[in-house]
Amino acid sequence: MTLAALEITPSYYLVLAAMLFTIGSVGVLTRRNVLVMFMCVELMLNAVNLSFVAFAKALDDITGQVIVFFVLVVAAAEVAVGLAIIVAIFRRRRHATADDLQALRG
Amino acid sequence: MIPFLFFVAAAATLAGGLGVVLARNPVHSALFLVMTLVSVAVLFLIQDAELVAAVQVIVYASAIVVLFLFVIMLLGVDRQESMRDRIPYQRPAAIALGVILLAQLLWLAGHEWVTGQETASGVPIEGGGFGGNVERVARVLFTDYMWAFEITAVLLVIAVVGAVVLARRSGQKGEPVDDVDEAATEGVDA
Repeated sequence: MTLAALEITPSYYLVLAAMLFTIGSVGVLTRRNVLVMFMCVELMLNAVNLSFVAFAKALDDITGQVIVFFVLVVAAAEVAVGLAIIVAIFRRRRHATADDLQALRG
Repeated sequence: MIPFLFFVAAAATLAGGLGVVLARNPVHSALFLVMTLVSVAVLFLIQDAELVAAVQVIVYASAIVVLFLFVIMLLGVDRQESMRDRIPYQRPAAIALGVILLAQLLWLAGHEWVTGQETASGVPIEGGGFGGNVERVARVLFTDYMWAFEITAVLLVIAVVGAVVLARRSGQKGEPVDDVDEAATEGVDA
């Protein structure tokens, strides 16, 4: 079976989304840099978006694509607030690793 | 053509994801993130999600990553993070948990999801006389999800206000506390 004759079923996208989500979650668990942890959260959100679009295609319903917009809005809001928090932390202390943030008090 | 595009974009997506996690420099992580986001946009395109693909490139790969890079440049986050585990065996445990998570997700992904039922919104991906992709998304977004759409506007306003409040210098004029803090920390580093 040649590559051109292969049919890409929704399962291919779901498997890819599962791998991407796993990479993101392992990144959040292992990395210490808060900025990189945020990027890993973005990876996880993208994996979910990918599966939403795959389901929209599989179930032949546009709603899956509409939900992606709401995920995008939440991701943008999360990044704006999260980066503001990081800037506020940096102003207090010159490190941005998660280990330095044990205490909630500044 | 479609299988070829899928496998190239999928490989780029996974390579970018691994790059984000493995790169030591946060700037490299952000650039790998761009690679992943653009590849995911390609995957959206070959699934007939043109509007979502465009928004992915415009909002994610441009705005959000530029915000990341801006903060990295502003703060000068170029120090290496320590490889010492504060919690014992944190990294091996995280990788083991990741393998378990992947097994669970793959098990779920292997199931048959297409039920053959009528579409929930009544607007299919193509056909049926609903116009192009943008019109279809707009039709559902501004009818069934109108209330949720308005809520997202409130959410964005809250996020902007929160970001401004957090990024504002909270102390009085002169900021004596921060200067002392920075000087003390630099002294320790040196």
